[in-house]
Amino acid sequence: MKKYECSVCGYVYDPVLGDPDAGIAPGTAFEDIPEGWVCPVCGVGKDQFEVQE
Amino acid sequence: MQPKKIKENIYWVGAIDWDIRNFHGYATQRGTTYNAYLIIDEKITLIDTVKHYLYDEMIARISAVIDPSKIDYIVSNHVEMDHSGGLPKLLELIPNAKVITSPNGEAGLKAHYQSEWDFHVIKSGETINIGKRNLSFVTTPMLHWPDNMVGYLVEDKILFSNDAFGQHIASSERFDDQYPFDIIQEEAAKYYANIVLPYGTQVQKALEPLQDLDIEIIAPSHGIIWRSQIQTIINAYRKWSSNETDHKAVIVYDTMWNSTERIAYAIQAAFEDIGVNTQMRNLKTVHISDIMTDVLTAKYICVGSPTLNNNMMPNVAAFLTYMKGLAPKKRTGLAFGSYGWGGQSIGQVEEVLAGLGFELLDKIKLQYIPVTEQLQEAIQKIKTGYQS
Repeated sequence: MKKYECSVCGYVYDPVLGDPDAGIAPGTAFEDIPEGWVCPVCGVGKDQFEVQE
Repeated sequence: MQPKKIKENIYWVGAIDWDIRNFHGYATQRGTTYNAYLIIDEKITLIDTVKHYLYDEMIARISAVIDPSKIDYIVSNHVEMDHSGGLPKLLELIPNAKVITSPNGEAGLKAHYQSEWDFHVIKSGETINIGKRNLSFVTTPMLHWPDNMVGYLVEDKILFSNDAFGQHIASSERFDDQYPFDIIQEEAAKYYANIVLPYGTQVQKALEPLQDLDIEIIAPSHGIIWRSQIQTIINAYRKWSSNETDHKAVIVYDTMWNSTERIAYAIQAAFEDIGVNTQMRNLKTVHISDIMTDVLTAKYICVGSPTLNNNMMPNVAAFLTYMKGLAPKKRTGLAFGSYGWGGQSIGQVEEVLAGLGFELLDKIKLQYIPVTEQLQEAIQKIKTGYQS
């Protein structure tokens, strides 16, 4: 599973950790996060994330 | 209009906004300053500008040192208009000056001013030589906008921290040893609580490299410059960013016929009995941005509203919306209020507190006018909840 970085603020979504505060369980792949999810730091949508090389 | 010398060939050339009392909803009872800094070296460098209506004041201060048209580099650490507002006019005067900014800074400045300036976009960690001196830049995204960066003047050991470590104080004194220190501390806390609080993780990340940096001066973009109490403010940022609180309860409420107020004072009595300090904050008399300063260091956040037409009072809703955005963590919440019939407000308040991830004490919901026995019971419940 790949990490994704927010292009606005640099927050990195790590699928191992998930985003439990927003109900995203550890182990959730970025692709499987519901569309309504937003960056926990700056609030932009999923479409603003880029895969981290 | 005189500049203030910070160090040899380094000047404060900002502007003092003595009149501002409302900074996008933040009550600035002491006004503020927009701090710009001028470095005279082989490349004459200006760090940040001021709000557009104080442009002439900045130019007057610069002109007392040099002809402003001689400026080579302008550093834009932050796009927000209280710091970038002077750029369009300044770049009309010196169209060939280089604008040094972060990647998000370039995008933000273009979106604000449709500008085709000569940008130099820095990479985080990049150092730019300006002659005898070197300026190192580190991006600090979401501290507090995506574009934020800070600059460190290596030879002079000055950190140009932009909004970090700032305070809204209008004063002609420039340094932390020239102005009442308790006021500086209070305003620095208020600034943190109202601007920086949501970004604790980013603050901690930014504080790490500061540990190894030899800093003689922290020159923020608002208020007083730190030179005697640098460790004090860094320690305070460390505490605030980790959401470490004091043994204190802030009791915030609005009231219609004083019933919710009675409950508020019963809650105060309960905390007093336990030995927890309290602050009573009636939303009709205290501004929400001042209440946030109390919230910054309070472990217990108690919020009360009577039910008005099946809803909480608008003042309480405004406070809760504001606090929700600023997202304090690791607190304990308590919702309370009086009602006539529906009684929805207390649950609505509790829902917001729960949404913030607060631990909750049992809510206090009392019909019409609370009688002594009910209040005694409420006090007892808090004491029991506290001990458990």
